Amino acid sequence: METDMRYLPLTSADRAEMLGVIGAASIDDLFADVPAAAQLDGPIAGLPGHASEMAVERHMAALAAKNVSAGAAPFFLGAGAYRHHVPASVDHLIQRGEFLTAYTPYQPEIAQGTLQVLFEFQTQVARLLGTDVANASMYDGSTACWEAVAMAGRITRRKRAVVSGGLHPHYLATMTTMARFTGDEIDARAPKLEAEPDDAALIAAIDGETSCVVVQYPDVLGRVPDLAAIAAAAQAQGALLIAVVTEPVALGLLEAPGNLGADIVVGEGQSLGVGLQFGGPYLGLFGCREKFLRQMPGRLCGQTVDADGKRGFVLTLSTREQHIRREKATSNICTNAGLCALAFSIHMTLLGGEGLARLARVNHATARKLADRLARVPGVGVVNNAYFNEFAVTLPEDAREVVRLLADRHVLGGVSLGRLYPGVNALANGLLLTATELTTDEDIEMLAIALEGVLA
Amino acid sequence: MNAHNPSGWRPEMGEGGNLDAVATTSGDRGLMLEEALIFELGAPGKCGVELDEPACDPVPGLARFLRKAPPALPGLTEPETVRHYTRLSRQNYAIDLGPFPLGSCTMKHNPRLNEKVARLPGFADLHPLAPQQTVRGALEVINQLAEWLITLTGMHGVAMTPKAGAHGELCGLLCIKAAIEARGEARSVILVPESAHGTNPATAAFAGFTVEAIPATAAGRVDLAALAARLGPDVAGVMITNPNTCGLFEREMKTISDAVHAAGGYVYCDGANFNAIVGRVRPGDLGIDAMHINLHKTFSTPHGGGGPGSGPVVLSEALCPFGPLPFTARTADGVVHLVEEEDAEAFGHAQAFGRMAAFHGQMGMFTRALAYILSHGADGLRQVAEDAVLNANYVLRSLEDVLSAPFAASGPCMHEALFSDDGLPEGFSTLDLAKGLIDEGFHPMTVYFPLVVHGAMLIEPTETESKAGLDRFIGSLRSLAERARASDPSLKTAPHLAPRRRLDETLAARKPVLVWKEAAAGG
Amino acid sequence: MSTYFTKDHEWIAVDGETGTVGITVYAQGQLGDITFVELPAVGREIKKGDDAAVVDSVKTAADVYSPASGIVIDGNAALTDAPELVNEDPEQGGWLFRIKLSDAGELAGLMDRAAYDAYVAEL
Repeated sequence: METDMRYLPLTSADRAEMLGVIGAASIDDLFADVPAAAQLDGPIAGLPGHASEMAVERHMAALAAKNVSAGAAPFFLGAGAYRHHVPASVDHLIQRGEFLTAYTPYQPEIAQGTLQVLFEFQTQVARLLGTDVANASMYDGSTACWEAVAMAGRITRRKRAVVSGGLHPHYLATMTTMARFTGDEIDARAPKLEAEPDDAALIAAIDGETSCVVVQYPDVLGRVPDLAAIAAAAQAQGALLIAVVTEPVALGLLEAPGNLGADIVVGEGQSLGVGLQFGGPYLGLFGCREKFLRQMPGRLCGQTVDADGKRGFVLTLSTREQHIRREKATSNICTNAGLCALAFSIHMTLLGGEGLARLARVNHATARKLADRLARVPGVGVVNNAYFNEFAVTLPEDAREVVRLLADRHVLGGVSLGRLYPGVNALANGLLLTATELTTDEDIEMLAIALEGVLA
Repeated sequence: MNAHNPSGWRPEMGEGGNLDAVATTSGDRGLMLEEALIFELGAPGKCGVELDEPACDPVPGLARFLRKAPPALPGLTEPETVRHYTRLSRQNYAIDLGPFPLGSCTMKHNPRLNEKVARLPGFADLHPLAPQQTVRGALEVINQLAEWLITLTGMHGVAMTPKAGAHGELCGLLCIKAAIEARGEARSVILVPESAHGTNPATAAFAGFTVEAIPATAAGRVDLAALAARLGPDVAGVMITNPNTCGLFEREMKTISDAVHAAGGYVYCDGANFNAIVGRVRPGDLGIDAMHINLHKTFSTPHGGGGPGSGPVVLSEALCPFGPLPFTARTADGVVHLVEEEDAEAFGHAQAFGRMAAFHGQMGMFTRALAYILSHGADGLRQVAEDAVLNANYVLRSLEDVLSAPFAASGPCMHEALFSDDGLPEGFSTLDLAKGLIDEGFHPMTVYFPLVVHGAMLIEPTETESKAGLDRFIGSLRSLAERARASDPSLKTAPHLAPRRRLDETLAARKPVLVWKEAAAGG
Repeated sequence: MSTYFTKDHEWIAVDGETGTVGITVYAQGQLGDITFVELPAVGREIKKGDDAAVVDSVKTAADVYSPASGIVIDGNAALTDAPELVNEDPEQGGWLFRIKLSDAGELAGLMDRAAYDAYVAEL
């Protein structure tokens, strides 16, 4: 049985002619190695047949219409995924077929576009994070975070990671999953709804068996830990400091973790260029000190010259990677997040260092406006002393229910700590709120009024 | 007649005979464009985004954390940015330009409808932690795709969160490890055929297993006797690629699965090559316990120059209870729920091994893959497999007289045709043929993989190549094989016509330059 | 001083209790341009046959197995900046590491130069 379809160029005549060249009587001859018992006679029963472009678009659009998109309501969610303005040229450029439909640049002579982008991306990321080097990206921030812990274990030959209570709980969960199977010990502090992160408790947990200290900056409640003090304490015990940045725009305003002594800095790059996308694909950022280069996971692009002496770029140091080292590789990671890295890099190029700093100031000022307005809502208390564009508030009742009721009033009013930490009663009344350059004064007022209504 | 000709140009002037002799001041050569780095073009103060400076100061508590100077990152205005990246894009080969026959990579056409639907604000502009009542349509997309994947593979369930193929392998092996732990056993060995992709042994090691290789037969398939002999109480399972990396279907797959199960182990199938059998064979009928599906291969989500990928893992009934969180589930009322840690038990998933990553997987890839699947339907997907296999066999039989095809005698190939460097004259290698293809305007095939064949050339045309396109490719590769036979020295230095000649990879690895520095500029 | 060879193409030059280890001319030729050498830490105790060093070329990473047991007392620091020494002078200036031998009796199982040359000629 044959089907003429818009994506399949072979005609019936082509197929017949090609079978003749091959010397096969029918297509079934080419599947002769598949035991008959495992072969299906025809299309799988009970599933629909092919559909036109119009029909598929109608189906998908109907599903999309069932959702309340972030742009359709006052929106204040963050907690590891941030909604920022992405300039129109970013999406236009990443849809160029030469980027979109290229593969991993294994043939560098005809992949200099992708390779130069990766080299520029690595440089941008290293400068942003304050590290000597950066790789060509990982899956996302949470997986990059585990890879950093695994790398610290290889470097220090120790198995115990000390984790701040301010690390995003999904990042901690990812790490805990992996550690269960690799035999690493994860010593995580419990999160506390307090004005300042408990750096002293974290420092007290570091000992001579500690491979690394994992600290989010700003942390999951938006507070800012004292990385320099933690770095000094970690390094005094021979442990590495891993700083985790889930909101890279913050680094337009706050000092880069690498400049404060972090040995490895990982992050979620989604804020720049990538968009929310319901959680993926995102973009793992990974930078470290140069002396740890050979222990780094993931692809690396390096500069070299071609046979004519012209500058060019190649994937390099690949003996660390799975396709060469197989079971001895630094990681099993194969792919990177190439197209997301391109989007990040374009957005960063459009901003430049001063543009990023201004964007960060706008974010912070908007968050400050939000905090000041919510502080005037009866029953709401702002928790943080310091924050960038995200902070926690306490409510007089369970915040999860409040978020649901706000959604009924068509306001996407933040992320409840109950959603992030189910079953932790001490956090149940906590709510995380984020404001970015996209948040308007009207949005803030609508949230405040809705919140007053829900809490009344 | 108006004889006025202010330019002075005449057609007979044409172009210079020897293009190499034409020097240009700019460094560009017609449409072959050179492009500087943004660090050489931009300035930190330049910006392509307008923002008003805010009126208020930072909160006092932030003062001691403020950075002293903005990051040293160059900016460009929009026209400069668009030009920079557009010029760079022209140094890339891509599927949109021609065949991209990388074996095992499945470089097929990326339908543009899929790009369009993925960008609908109802999908692209959703926060992963938004209240469930506001994202029912998105959860429905994940669940519909999950149901298709389960049906197409004949499996029991699917874990949607893995972010790429290798991440899916990890998911499958963690399920196996959790299942073995739940039985109170400690099996530490994973058997992997020599021909496996490097991610297989790397994943097994990353998941804390010991890896042992199992040999292949002379016919390019798993050595069943050697495998059976190694099975025992320390073996947790096997990782087998089917169709395998030599482009052959593992005829004995069901026998292998039965033997592994009888010995108490589990069967992981690397589903990188599922595109060869989709709609014709269900892995569930072959005794598979877990298999990842590269949505960027079989279901054509774009490769994007190296990601993002997406690697859902279909699971057997035995492994399903251990799959990761979160996942989607439809209740009797038809509503699709997102099941996270707190609801796992209520949804019968108390043994879940946990979270593999933040959030719910590669949503942007799910929308594209679902659109692809709906476009093809059950009949079209079967046709996809048949045309992919037909095209590969056409390539195999059209080249086997000029290139050595080590397994050609063992029957038809599946979706990719494998050749070796056997028979090339002294001094000529697989690499030379690959680089020669670049001058011919094609992307080379996969080279030097699988490792079990010397100088391997693995060609996967995919179903989206026309016969005319294949004939052009075959013609070029035949001519290159003949040039190699004639020991044409110019082939040794190919490519000559690409944006770059062969690059010095030794220099790059010996003296790594991974970030741009003022001093390292020039060159 | 005597030099012994392994079937995995390592050599060890023994001077009293000290053994100097490297890879052979044949081995470097198989690997191609060497780009990086990872040496064992000084003070590490290694057994005969252990992975002691890694020699990287662009497309491969080869483990170097110690031809004898002992404690690592030195590594060739020159290789950090010039890994190409292993290509250019593998059996002299491109040595990898030195060990203090713990069991000289192990050397009896290794090949001498003539036996190794004959072994390579068969490959």
